[in-house]
Amino acid sequence: MNPRITLATAGRILRQLRGDHRTVALMLVVPCVLLGLLAWIYADAPIDVFDRIGPALLGVFPFVVMFVVTSVATLRERTSGTLERLLTTPLGKADLMLGYALAFGAMAVAQAVVATAFSVWPAGLDIAGPLWLLVVIALFDALLGTALGLLASGFARTEFQAVQFMPAFVLPQFLLCGLLVPRDQLPTVLEWISNVLPLSYAVDAMKDVTVQTHPLPDVVPSLAFIALWIAASLALGSLTLRRRTP
Amino acid sequence: MTNKSGTVADDVIVVEGLRVVRGGREVLPDLTVRVPRGQVVGLLGPSGGGKSTLMRAVVGVQVIERGTVRVLGEEAGSPSLRHRVGYLTQAPSVYGDLSVRHNVAYLARVLGVGGDAVDRAIAAVDLTDHADVRVENLSGGQESRANLACTLVGDPDVLVLDEPTVGLDPVLRRELWDLFRRLAAQGRTLLVSSHVMDEAVRCDRLVLLRQGRILSDSTLPELLERTGTTDAEQAFLALIDGADRDGGEAA
Repeated sequence: MNPRITLATAGRILRQLRGDHRTVALMLVVPCVLLGLLAWIYADAPIDVFDRIGPALLGVFPFVVMFVVTSVATLRERTSGTLERLLTTPLGKADLMLGYALAFGAMAVAQAVVATAFSVWPAGLDIAGPLWLLVVIALFDALLGTALGLLASGFARTEFQAVQFMPAFVLPQFLLCGLLVPRDQLPTVLEWISNVLPLSYAVDAMKDVTVQTHPLPDVVPSLAFIALWIAASLALGSLTLRRRTP
Repeated sequence: MTNKSGTVADDVIVVEGLRVVRGGREVLPDLTVRVPRGQVVGLLGPSGGGKSTLMRAVVGVQVIERGTVRVLGEEAGSPSLRHRVGYLTQAPSVYGDLSVRHNVAYLARVLGVGGDAVDRAIAAVDLTDHADVRVENLSGGQESRANLACTLVGDPDVLVLDEPTVGLDPVLRRELWDLFRRLAAQGRTLLVSSHVMDEAVRCDRLVLLRQGRILSDSTLPELLERTGTTDAEQAFLALIDGADRDGGEAA
């Protein structure tokens, strides 16, 4: 690994994103539209459902978006030959993966700042804890999406397949993350499964920030668990990046 | 003069007993070839004959079944070679959503070259006027030249170029071959594949590859004399006919 090459790679990926105004706009606007819609749906609800679901979704969006963007982008590198050439250069696997993580992490921070600001002010979300912590959690979620996206792209041969991995990786986690049924009320086996899935911890952390004034002691273990998943996914993903291919 | 691996030190690329299987098919059964320093060696032959597979083995991205591939005395693909070997893939491996300059500059930063290397590489492929155009807006020939600029920017000692002139007009092809000759004159070693036989004239040596086997490995004059023909294409056809006849008799 070489910091110069990692940064060059992150810069190149960001430059590619910057040239794609529509993708950037979609990444920033779609979460706001969905959060706004959600706030509106529950506008007349007797209890404030949006305060319960809104933060959880703030944790889900960066994960989903970065998963899709990363898996398609890295699949393109694999199939177009750009990866093959890069692997004949001094670029290390870690340079490529960290380059993606840095670039999409930066994008995720922008997305989280916009989505959080939109939720709190126009949509009226009540947050007891510090707002910056929401952005930090969103960044972890985005890195998780990037890491799992890198891993998933190793198992996809076409972009169609890469996109189909999104529901496969994301929807089970979404169903089990405690948003629909609180996790401790799930059937036992599902509760176990939900206890090891990273999105559950992301949603828990978001909830903690919503209801607690000083949520840090509860949030840090959740973030540590997500970080473990990020590290494991990157390690597994690096196995799918081979210099020599058949 | 020999080095520790027993090869002549001035053979920059040494392939011995190379066997490669791709998708259950034996692409290269048992290939041995050498490329001396400062030469342009043309790898000619029909598509599917194993040219790209051999090149992938030389740059160290091909899983090989058996045999050895050494470049500059090191095992192909070893870390110390990654600054010194430039690889041009057959399909343009450039980012369509970046300009020519940004594509070349990215490779330059990865390879750790600075200064005016980027401008020189772009000028070498005659794309200076299009340096700030996104690659996806270029013509096919311009795109393949942008691809070549990315290979040239690190100023490698060994260039492995898979079909660098495909889809280019005659003037540009001549310019690129002039460039390849200049690079060889400066002591660089080039392995260039092509299926355009008239480019054989510009090579120091020709390796004719068909169905994973070397039909001929010699200079063009030697080849013409041996086959009694007047150009590379006829010589190649004569060799194929001869090989088929021999194969038929043997069977």
